[in-house]
Amino acid sequence: MEKVDTSVRSEQEGIPMTDTTSNTAVLDTEFAGLETRDAHAWFGNHHALAGVSLQFPARSVTGLIGPSGCGKSTFLRLLNRMHEFIPGAAMAGEVRLHGQDIYAREVDAAAIRLKIGMVFQKPNPFPAMTIRENVLSGLKLAHIKVDDDEALMEKCLTRAGLWKEVKDRLNASGGSLSGGQQQRLCIARSLAVEPEVLLMDEPCSALDPGSTLRIEETIKELAEKITVVIVTHNMQQASRVSDYCAFFLTDGGPGYLVEADKTRKMFTNPNDSRTADYVQGKFG
Amino acid sequence: MQAVPTRPWEKEKSVRRRSTATLLLGALISCAIVLFTGFAGPDGWAVVLFTLAAVFTFVKGRKLQAKERKNAKAHLFILAAAIVAFTPWISIFISVAFKGIKGVRLNFFTSDMRTTTPDDFMNMGGAAHAIIGSFIMVLIATVITLPLGILSGVYVTEVRGRFSGVVRFVIQSMSGVPSIVAGLFVYTTFVDASGTFSALAGSFALGILMLPTVARTSEEVLKLVPDDLRSAGYALGARQWRSTLMIVLPTVRSGLITAGILGVARVIGETAPLLLTALSNTSFVFNPIKGPIGSLPMYIFGMLQIGTENSINRAWTGSFVLLLLVFGLFSLARFIAGKDKR
Repeated sequence: MEKVDTSVRSEQEGIPMTDTTSNTAVLDTEFAGLETRDAHAWFGNHHALAGVSLQFPARSVTGLIGPSGCGKSTFLRLLNRMHEFIPGAAMAGEVRLHGQDIYAREVDAAAIRLKIGMVFQKPNPFPAMTIRENVLSGLKLAHIKVDDDEALMEKCLTRAGLWKEVKDRLNASGGSLSGGQQQRLCIARSLAVEPEVLLMDEPCSALDPGSTLRIEETIKELAEKITVVIVTHNMQQASRVSDYCAFFLTDGGPGYLVEADKTRKMFTNPNDSRTADYVQGKFG
Repeated sequence: MQAVPTRPWEKEKSVRRRSTATLLLGALISCAIVLFTGFAGPDGWAVVLFTLAAVFTFVKGRKLQAKERKNAKAHLFILAAAIVAFTPWISIFISVAFKGIKGVRLNFFTSDMRTTTPDDFMNMGGAAHAIIGSFIMVLIATVITLPLGILSGVYVTEVRGRFSGVVRFVIQSMSGVPSIVAGLFVYTTFVDASGTFSALAGSFALGILMLPTVARTSEEVLKLVPDDLRSAGYALGARQWRSTLMIVLPTVRSGLITAGILGVARVIGETAPLLLTALSNTSFVFNPIKGPIGSLPMYIFGMLQIGTENSINRAWTGSFVLLLLVFGLFSLARFIAGKDKR
């Protein structure tokens, strides 16, 4: 219990928390190269996230779970510098990719986002582009040249589980697909720039159960090659797709990390009683 | 059994046909009354139609239930509002068309006025030089203004730079600049300096009037682009200008074309700024840098000033062609804008 009080205490004392050990979750596997150290986030004066230190295991799926407003999505957006697009946003701490702090002054945010891709809650294919152009859009946007873009497109669509459905209408508009197909198109689009990490912000919350299932299968296949971080509100989904889980919570103040561990342990025998209560559906 | 598609929420066909027929009959009767009695002049038919409709509603209303009577009265008000809104519009168009159509001949679109005096018969001379002059000036103005207008829209909505507020304010106040002032400004800064009236000077004056329309319309359509798309671009590692160029602008391509067309329609009939910058001419001019050049509005203005019967007829024909051009442009804008609503 005393473990989680650090963030609250630091808030009360009004000084940034420097002691990270008490709130650190080191997941004991091969390390993906992505980690946060004492990460905080603000929106204007609102302290949304406090003192999160977390490492993401390589080639696995890490689920971020917790009730609404606990800062999961904020934390996710902090990981690829999408947080800074919100007016009034501020942050503290470090997010490291291969030991390099991505918030260091000399770091190019666009290059970071190329390595750490993102899939959003609402499917957002580019309406002015065809399916083919949508998949390859990342290359054009970032001035990347590939030898065989047709092969790359097929590979990405296949990995996203969409190739069979769209191979005969690659020149149709991305907007002509169903919601689930659009989301898989967005996943394919993110894969085309070959990111090391893929962040997913509740990718299935706007979709039907069938599409959700397809995307969950896709996520599992992706995790064989890349590191996936997924925010989800759905406990069943977290238990189905994730290898590791991180549980976030808020006591009315900023959100903080309660604990992180292997998914099976989190769901059967967590260290913190609140984690047990949450995964069993007693609150949230 | 084969299911037949029906629309139970719509009125039956026979009912709709009957009400259309009633309205047409009313319009015919009112036209006849106006024609034979000369009551209220050419626009009087609208008043007569409304009176007839009011009488009809009142007579029929006695047979209806309270709810239906209320509905009939509401319909009457809507008809009145429609008449008030459309009468000036239709009236202008019809009178211009009637007076202008006499001069719509081939020579009007192929000849200039170099060897023709304005008082000559309508089968001689024409406004081709004016149409070409208008075309040249509007084209140059568009080429200058469209990129500027779109860029300022991008600055305000995408870049959101420090001066966004200032830019928006300046553009808004520019749209209130009287057109003659725009002409005067170009006269003192450009015509005076270059020592000659020219199409280029006219284009500058038109551009000053066109810019606020293009910039405001661009800004409005750019605001419609969902932030999701920008986020998606950034998440793919795009830099801002790249994402604007490849995602945001193509998404509203048709809206931006519409902005351009609305700008053109705004200035194509402007006379005052051309008076001081391009002046007018009676013969073909193709050099945009040197010498006065004709334009449709100036053609109309000049012909009216001469004031003989044939010159006034020429002015009407010019007006008719100009009106058709503007209507054509607006219809084109609506068509292009409508195409995007998938």
